[in-house]
Amino acid sequence: MSMYGYLFRRLLGTIPVMLVVAVFIFLMLRLTPSDPAAIIAGDNATTEQVAQIRSQLGLDRPMIEQFVIWSGRVLTGNLGESFFFKKTVAALISERIEPTLSLALFTILIAVFVAVPLGVLAAHRHGSWIDRIVMSFSVLGFSVPVFVIGYLLIYLFAVYLNWLPVQGYQRISEGVGGWAQRLILPSVTLSVIYIALIARMTRTSVLEVLSEDYIRTARAKGQSERKVMFRHALRNAAVPIVTVIGLGVALLIGGVVVTESVFTIPGLGRLTVDAVLARDYPTIQAVILLFSFVYVMINLAVDMIYTILDPRIRY
Amino acid sequence: MSNTVLEVSDLSVAIRGGDRPHAVQGINLTVDVNEIVCVVGESGSGKSVTAQAVMGLLPKGAMQVESGSIRLQGDQLLTKSDTELRAIRGTRMAMVFQEPMTALNPVERVGDQIREVLEIHTRLDHKEQRARVLEMMRAVHLPDPEQMIDAYPHQLSGGQRQRIMIAAALILDPALLIADEPTTALDVTTQAQILKLVREMQGRTKTGVLFITHDFGVVSEIADRVVVMQMGRIVEQGPCEEVLRAPREEYTRMLLRAVPSMTPPKRSPVTGPVVLQTENLFKTYGKRSLFQPKARVVAAVKDVSLTVRRGETLGIVGESGSGKSTVARCVARLVDTSSGGIKIDGIDIAAMREAKFRPMRRRVQFIFQDPYRSLNPRRTVGEAIIEGPMNFGVSRKEALQRARDLMAIVHLPPAAIDRFPHQFSGGQRQRICIARALAMEPELLIGDEPVSALDVSVQDQVLKLLDEVRRKFNLAVLFITHDLRVAAQVCDRIAVMQRGVIVEQGTTAEVFAAPQHEYTRALFDAAPGRHQEFAASA
Repeated sequence: MSMYGYLFRRLLGTIPVMLVVAVFIFLMLRLTPSDPAAIIAGDNATTEQVAQIRSQLGLDRPMIEQFVIWSGRVLTGNLGESFFFKKTVAALISERIEPTLSLALFTILIAVFVAVPLGVLAAHRHGSWIDRIVMSFSVLGFSVPVFVIGYLLIYLFAVYLNWLPVQGYQRISEGVGGWAQRLILPSVTLSVIYIALIARMTRTSVLEVLSEDYIRTARAKGQSERKVMFRHALRNAAVPIVTVIGLGVALLIGGVVVTESVFTIPGLGRLTVDAVLARDYPTIQAVILLFSFVYVMINLAVDMIYTILDPRIRY
Repeated sequence: MSNTVLEVSDLSVAIRGGDRPHAVQGINLTVDVNEIVCVVGESGSGKSVTAQAVMGLLPKGAMQVESGSIRLQGDQLLTKSDTELRAIRGTRMAMVFQEPMTALNPVERVGDQIREVLEIHTRLDHKEQRARVLEMMRAVHLPDPEQMIDAYPHQLSGGQRQRIMIAAALILDPALLIADEPTTALDVTTQAQILKLVREMQGRTKTGVLFITHDFGVVSEIADRVVVMQMGRIVEQGPCEEVLRAPREEYTRMLLRAVPSMTPPKRSPVTGPVVLQTENLFKTYGKRSLFQPKARVVAAVKDVSLTVRRGETLGIVGESGSGKSTVARCVARLVDTSSGGIKIDGIDIAAMREAKFRPMRRRVQFIFQDPYRSLNPRRTVGEAIIEGPMNFGVSRKEALQRARDLMAIVHLPPAAIDRFPHQFSGGQRQRICIARALAMEPELLIGDEPVSALDVSVQDQVLKLLDEVRRKFNLAVLFITHDLRVAAQVCDRIAVMQRGVIVEQGTTAEVFAAPQHEYTRALFDAAPGRHQEFAASA
């Protein structure tokens, strides 16, 4: 089958997945024992006021009817209106997506560009002190929680050395320099665990490939060690590495929530936390739907990259 | 200029953490222009280490040249720097390896892998390189080079891959070619073609060839001179005829004696009751369905009917992909059959439900090819032997006692049941696998290439043991093999399979004396050293 046919089929396949996600989050939210109308109305509101708000929001209608209305709107691109922020959800997401996207992109770039060379180096110098340092760092990166690393880095670079701002975010449109400067600390914080994960995977994978027969063949041809590593070893080792990078990007979504809180970045992570606290159903639904969609797309991208990396993988 | 391409003198390689301090010691050998020198020896004899030392490719840290000299066309290689050695590898000396499956980079086009040598060592531009690669691919008789140059290794057959390896090795006309068991992983007919190709290419460019093998058949086909190695030392060397016909050393004689003869011994027909009978057995893989109308359907086994009697050994002979292992797997119900009948003691088990069949599993036992992988490394061999009987209700104490008895039957110390598989050699492990199969008191024993991973001397012992237990327990044996010599010695009857079909079936004596089918004749023609009786000269 051609790659495009496969791509098309996989895209079609996302529809039922998204539907299941939609039903699931809709039900979960309505089964939790709390009432957004009561939260909006406040502590001093009368029962009538709460009932009135509930009917305004449409929460008094049967659940199936609510779901049909909501999903019908989503299909036409209307994500509804936030109960809490008094704005359309689409507007909310579009103003919050830039910080999150910037943070995720910075993080993954730092992680890949630091971790892959580190892993290759550790494999190349297998058993040496470099290898041991990389592996120790890897264990450390796994075990220290994101917020601890975050506060340590803030203390060192922002408070003590005063090189970087403590927290906050600046939009790209207000200047690339300020934007990047404010992203460095949170991205580095967030990337530590991914560096640990990817470096470890790279080391293991490259080490395994280095013992393959075709590596010996390349050496027998008189190939240099550098070329042996990059032309023959790394590409063959790439499939598991790409798998963890893909997983890493997907997991980033969770990591972003904490990091955005530590560095007070007004992104989707913070929006999710605020929306959950306010039982803001339309916003929560839309954000989770978006995260799921991104997750599915990342998986698809990873599968497509496999076919490029390894000609034996075909669909 | 002298006629000597390679001169190894007094070479010793130290090994760290081995069972002996030196991998090889006191090696003296030469390879002349236009000469093929075969290095023969069993596993662990140091033949590959010698080759790796010449190439400068000894595993770093684990092995190191301790003393001696290696001269290529008079140049001392041992004092060369890494950079100098790299410039020599691929240009003046080249190497072909055993496994064409794994010796090529799976994610790079085969043409590019040949071209890599030109990239490293020449200043040709891309177009010239491609032309040279195509020319070389034609020289090694690869079909349709213009198409194949852009193929990936997995799209080629084993023989074609080995031709790619040879093309890459010889593209810069090296003075020395080292071939490390280049045909061991190939089928006999393919092996014959590759041996012919090595001879042809070598003759064209007067290359000196150091050819490593464990197979005396191959030696007799290709060698000008022979070097016999044992435990890291050279035991004997001399012209091929001399070593094969009149060996001086006892070790060489022992090796030659262990090579099974192509002439089957006299056997009287077996008349015991039929244990196994298959009727029109079919096995197809893949299935077309409503959703995948173009799915590939492969018939692995087609219309196979055979019988095995109590006390009889039926050999299924064929090349890889012939379906011989699939038949064995169907019979043991390791895979389900597509259609046809399999009768064990007259009971049809082909379509029997698993739950109903399970009590019968005892009756059919399997011995696999690779004794290194067919025993669980984390469990003692005793545990491996008693697991089956205990599943069938034998008490642990009783099963352990029986395991000890069986160890004695397969000529291993009974107390060894408390040891782990890695504490045994390959041959010993295969004995353990036989004991494990016997513990179930089977009626039918299936051996799927049970000796092809073993050295000749060990192979001989294991075959004798198999014959011994067949007599002792009056077993029916289904023996799968690709090796005609082995088949000649152990089988009462033989079925020859090609592409899933039995093309010829008869008593071993009949098939060997007068093969009827064209394919059987081709197999016999391809068998290396078929006219040579190695044991006779020893």
